[in-house]
Amino acid sequence: MSEADHSSAYRREFLAEVEREVEGGTWVKMCMQCGVCAGSCPFGPHWEHSPQKIFMMIRAGQREAVLRSESMWLCTSCYNCVVRCPRQLPVTHIMHGLASYAQKLGLAPKLQATRDFSLQFWENCTRTGRVNEMRLTLGLYFREGLVAGFKQAWAMRTVAWGLLRAGRLNPAELVGGHRCADANGIKAMLAKAREIEARRKAQHGH
Amino acid sequence: MSEIKTAAVLCTGCGIGEALDLKELARIAQKEGKIGVLREDPQACSAASVAALHAEIQEQGLTHLLIAGCSRRAKTEAFNFPGLALARCNWREGVLWSVPEGENAPELRQEMAADYLRMGCAELKKLKLPQANPKAAGNRRILVLGGGASGLTAALAAADMGHEAVIVEIAPQLGGWAAQWWRRTPWRAPYAVPQPTGIDELVRRAADHPLLRCHLGATVLETRGAPGRFSVDIATADQGQITEEVGAIIQATGFTPYPIERLPELGGGMSPWVIDQAGLESLARASDGAPIRRGDGRPVRTVVFIQCAGQRDATGRHLAYCSGHCCATSVKQAMYFKAAQSDVDTVVLYTDLRLPGMGEDFYRSAQTQGVTFVKGEAKAVTPQGEGLRVAFRDLILDTDSAVEADLVVLATGQVPRSGTDIDLPEEERAVAAANSVLKLAYRQGPDLPQLKYGFTDSHFICFPYETRRTGIYSAGPVRRPMDLAQAMEDATGAALKAIQAVESAAQGRALHPRSGDLSYPMVRLEGCTQCKRCTVECPFGAIDEDENRYPVFNESRCRRCGTCMGACPVRVISFENYSVDTVGSQIKSIDMPDEFSEKPRVLVLACENDAYPALDTAAMQGRRYSAFVRVIPVRCLGSVNTIWITDALNGGWDGVMLLGCKKGEDYQCHFVRGSEMAAYRLSKIEDTLKQMGLEPERVATYEVAITDVERLPRLIDEYVAKMFEIGMSPMKGFA
Repeated sequence: MSEADHSSAYRREFLAEVEREVEGGTWVKMCMQCGVCAGSCPFGPHWEHSPQKIFMMIRAGQREAVLRSESMWLCTSCYNCVVRCPRQLPVTHIMHGLASYAQKLGLAPKLQATRDFSLQFWENCTRTGRVNEMRLTLGLYFREGLVAGFKQAWAMRTVAWGLLRAGRLNPAELVGGHRCADANGIKAMLAKAREIEARRKAQHGH
Repeated sequence: MSEIKTAAVLCTGCGIGEALDLKELARIAQKEGKIGVLREDPQACSAASVAALHAEIQEQGLTHLLIAGCSRRAKTEAFNFPGLALARCNWREGVLWSVPEGENAPELRQEMAADYLRMGCAELKKLKLPQANPKAAGNRRILVLGGGASGLTAALAAADMGHEAVIVEIAPQLGGWAAQWWRRTPWRAPYAVPQPTGIDELVRRAADHPLLRCHLGATVLETRGAPGRFSVDIATADQGQITEEVGAIIQATGFTPYPIERLPELGGGMSPWVIDQAGLESLARASDGAPIRRGDGRPVRTVVFIQCAGQRDATGRHLAYCSGHCCATSVKQAMYFKAAQSDVDTVVLYTDLRLPGMGEDFYRSAQTQGVTFVKGEAKAVTPQGEGLRVAFRDLILDTDSAVEADLVVLATGQVPRSGTDIDLPEEERAVAAANSVLKLAYRQGPDLPQLKYGFTDSHFICFPYETRRTGIYSAGPVRRPMDLAQAMEDATGAALKAIQAVESAAQGRALHPRSGDLSYPMVRLEGCTQCKRCTVECPFGAIDEDENRYPVFNESRCRRCGTCMGACPVRVISFENYSVDTVGSQIKSIDMPDEFSEKPRVLVLACENDAYPALDTAAMQGRRYSAFVRVIPVRCLGSVNTIWITDALNGGWDGVMLLGCKKGEDYQCHFVRGSEMAAYRLSKIEDTLKQMGLEPERVATYEVAITDVERLPRLIDEYVAKMFEIGMSPMKGFA
């Protein structure tokens, strides 16, 4: 948290950027700093910045610290904060919106487990229109390298054996794997969604 | 009034007839009480019985009536006999519903009821019919001190209701602070944006009103008199002097902003770009809706509002209190900037944002408009470049932070313009900078008594408009810190109270809490020793002194609490319907069991405003307490004359419990100082007890609230248990 540059501290620039670029960003200014979100969060003790602090940092103009924060990525979407916020801020949405914006800018923390999972999941399921569990699992096991991957796979061997015997795990999926009936349809749907989002953003800011 | 004709109605309704031996009681009323006309009634409060009573009073020329039945607080509409001295004997709440069940309950109930009957008869014969204040005067005009929003509102309210009103304003024009503002905080839905002050309209109406006169640039030279007959000498702008005769006075002298020069650490007085909220109003007025510029013409791009500047201060150097309006005012002023130019950075630096009432909507509106709220504690404001640097502790991020600003607004508090603090010794009053506002020619000092921080004293819960000077009301920020909407509401309330005061004064009636009481303190001057206790102790400054140092009672200023009566060591002060005798004779009237009967008698003197109703309520809820007590309601613990206590102890009473209201800074006493005076007097009673060879526990004072319904019966039982512990009084049988 650099304090050197005061000229942008507590100015509206970053808040305006968040309002423009982040889903739910226009709500940030309505936070009244009561701390109910921070107190309601099951992850409260584990993350660096509670939603309350994230919102204050946005007001304080701490752009780098906010967007590089790991906190948004830890959100489990339990919606406790949304339910309890006396100002009815969609806190969960804002946290995801910030994460998404940070990812877009390339500022999201690297090797963040949630981020890795999200990226792999998205890539995996949009390619064929369905989730390839074999590839997703192995991809996650080996994200930290070969040795770590084998260790993890070995540790899970009895589970894998059980799944195999029950017909819930098919090693053949590792090569190619089957697609959903209309994979191109899914792609077209996603392209349309992207288009709608872009249009809405052009109209309303986000 | 020489001949009295007494009657008593013994009501047998509500189960009284079944629980008590009425024959024996009737015999007591006749033989011991010497009641002339006596009858039983199965339901004395029924319409038929009441009508019959009225007829009887007429036919037989009755002057005094005792109704034995329910509490004096019950059925007051049925038992309303103007022109008749009335006493009530509390058998229902006081005996039937309060004596604990048990083997000996019938016997204890009968004894208690008999004693209450004896006491009622004794009181009845000492009562006189109040004749109303002979010095009553009926001037209905109302003088308002101060021509700001509060004063104008009060004067217009009075004038609109047909009372001539006179405004005395020290400034050369009307309007006060509000006239110097650009906009006011919204006071009705949708609470979204600042609103026009509306003060011009008030000033115009005041100028045009046929019943309203204004003295501008004028000050008060002296205020004499009492409600219904105040004379106020006024120095006018042209060096002249006139006297206004009025019936009541409203002091709406407002406030001054706490000087920012006392806050150099926040840049107050150090930089021209650090201003207070009034200063910002001037800038906003000058810009007239265009983007706000500083005094040097530079447009303001960033403004920081520092809340609680010199307020809520724990160090003792500045104001200790919160002025209540300043958060909303800063929110309003931040909106001035946003309205003219939405990209101006407006930062409100607060530790606790306080927007009472519907202010939360206003706060939200400011957030929607992009006002930045930062929870932080300002540390220092220093010059930086063309502007300022505000260093503060960010209380959410828990870091030392800073923000640059072109302009800093300090939200300072309201300092009441209440005049001199009369509780200070005279020489210190002169040193204190404040000048007297009212210049009262009262023995107790020239201004309204203050409670704390210089605000005028008023009974915060029950009688907020009343000050401790009858017929003089304070309204607006001189009474407590407040905003414009609150001040105008306050002023309307004060105007209504002032009208009530002049109407009551004309009829010689008391104001609250004994509203309508026609009795007033009477003094036998030939017995007076000029000890001055009454003139010093009167909570309402009703008593002056003449040149021979005798007390001069101003009955219209009196609230009928009886504190003077309690204070008088020679007992020459009394009321027609409440005197040393009316209570003293009750204390002496009971049938005192002997020392070996193991039946103690505890006298309970209970404040009629709180403790007595609490006892009634306890009884109604079926909470029982010892049957060894005998309760006498008193107007205020301040009216308790120590002779009652010594008489009781000499007469063989085992203990005396005094139940009064909370005293001190957050007092609950309806007469403000009564319970405090009582506590002071009783602190000296231990010596008397020692001389009599009695234990100090035999007299005990308790602070009781009207809500102490559960606690009070317990207190009584514990006290009676203590009497058993220390044993029966050795004084029995000597009386």
